[in-house]
Amino acid sequence: MKKIVISIVLVNLLAACASQKPQETTSAPAAPATSVAATAPATATAVAAKTAVDPLNDPTSILAGRSVYYPFDVAAVQDADKPLVQAHAGYLSKNPARSVRLEGNCDERGSNEYNLALGQRRADGVMKMLELGGAKASQLDSVSYGEEKPKATGHEESSWSQNRRTDLNYAK
Amino acid sequence: MQKILFAVLGLLMLAHTSMARAALSIEIIGAGEHQIPVSIVPFGGDEKLGLAINEVVTGDLLRSGLFRLVDPAGKSPHEAAEVHYPDWQVRGTEALAIGTASAQADGRIVARFRLLDVVKQVELIGQAVSAGDGQIRAVGHRIADLIYEKLTGNRGVFSTRIAYVNRQGKMFSLIVADSDGHNEQIVLKQNEPIMSPSWSPDGSHLAYVSFETGHAAVFVQSLYTHQRKAVANFRGSNSAPAWSPDGKQLAVVLTRDGSSQIYLMRPDGGEIRRISFSGAIDTEPNFSPDGLSLLFTSDRGGSAQVYRMPVAGGAAQRLTFAAGSSYSPRHSPDGKSFVFAHLSGGRFYISVQDFQTGQMEALTEGGWEKKPSFAPNGRLILFASEARGRGILATVSSDGRVKQHMFTQSGDAREPVWGPFL
Repeated sequence: MKKIVISIVLVNLLAACASQKPQETTSAPAAPATSVAATAPATATAVAAKTAVDPLNDPTSILAGRSVYYPFDVAAVQDADKPLVQAHAGYLSKNPARSVRLEGNCDERGSNEYNLALGQRRADGVMKMLELGGAKASQLDSVSYGEEKPKATGHEESSWSQNRRTDLNYAK
Repeated sequence: MQKILFAVLGLLMLAHTSMARAALSIEIIGAGEHQIPVSIVPFGGDEKLGLAINEVVTGDLLRSGLFRLVDPAGKSPHEAAEVHYPDWQVRGTEALAIGTASAQADGRIVARFRLLDVVKQVELIGQAVSAGDGQIRAVGHRIADLIYEKLTGNRGVFSTRIAYVNRQGKMFSLIVADSDGHNEQIVLKQNEPIMSPSWSPDGSHLAYVSFETGHAAVFVQSLYTHQRKAVANFRGSNSAPAWSPDGKQLAVVLTRDGSSQIYLMRPDGGEIRRISFSGAIDTEPNFSPDGLSLLFTSDRGGSAQVYRMPVAGGAAQRLTFAAGSSYSPRHSPDGKSFVFAHLSGGRFYISVQDFQTGQMEALTEGGWEKKPSFAPNGRLILFASEARGRGILATVSSDGRVKQHMFTQSGDAREPVWGPFL
């Protein structure tokens, strides 16, 4: 297990190096280690143990994506977002101490109550997919905000498309 | 936890404050087919009080769309003996309201008024109306109700109340107000969403959805003691409360067993049982006036449409078939039709449909119009609309002829619902 975690960390570090630009949110010591990754495995591991164990905090990881988007009046996870949900399922199954809350949202078309129900169905759909991917039910919770907490408030598709969303909100 | 939920929200409650003075402006669009010409003479006695009452009475009658106000043009009789009928006949007025108003030492307001039939030259009403504690508007609404009832044959709704949610930024307020939007009282104010207020049949309680526990939960709150209780707070969403006509049951929508389904329970949260079994979204239940059936919104057929099912259980029947989707059905008080929000071509319309004929009619031109509910006399429909970029309250007469917009002072008004006769 430990081995796997370390290797993941290394892969992530390499990925970070490959991008060749300092990431604001990446742990600071990773940036100077640009020369040759192979020469500094020991330090990398040491650093990783302290600051970068959790791939959830790696902005270059697919796990950095925390939102799933939908067409109008649809609650099924779209093909484009399935790898994201599956990656989170894998992460949760490897990190049983972590838990995540699925927060379903809708655009303002439809009644407030219908949208509350639709948002719940969206959140529950993601929850089910996470469970199928290996997450435990005890790690998961779902809630719907319907159309009550819009991210964008305009009456047009550019706003609506941002609001048709399930957010994966990890507990700190 | 239970204790907290039971706690009296003293701090959140604001009594009759003057906060809502002039909080509203009202626009009236259209007019009834036949308008009854009436003259309302500002009451004598305490003239300032008389003028204030007159403003409420004339405002109510105008908004109904059923009356045309004929200017008294300098004539100001206050007693029947002072009325010279030919003066009023030449003006074309058919009914004349006169009277006097006074404030008692204890603050009580008393208005003695008469409604006179100008054509037949007889007294139609002679009555004293009073209200405590400076409630000028209550006196005015009561007089307007009496005039409306006598001249139209229908019960007036000016003294009834409405509830709605006002959203200002991230602050949500649950508000109860007079039917004309004045005299606002804040029932609950918080920075989490509030949805779906629903009046108990006797007007004493509101059920509503609050997100204060982090998710949608159903609360019931007394409007007299202000005590409140979370009556449905299960995992997932708890929402869409609707009272049975006898006040003994609440229909609610829960997701505790999977998708959004309809359940019945006592208003205190006891004796929960599931009554819809679709696996689809079933929501927005509304009892028929006889308490035997429920209208609700379901997407079991692929899109959101209005269905009806027996409260006792059994097969549901689809009622709306127009292009687009239909939401938020509510029975008319006589049980013969229902009103709903119809989304078609990117616009919401307030529409009514007759149960017998199945015929549907749009009452509005379309826009951002949601959540309709009938006034208890069935003559007006209150709904949420939008104008000048803000959520507002609007009404339309049940024949679609007269519309009015009510602008609150600030924020977005949403989720309105008309209360019962008191």
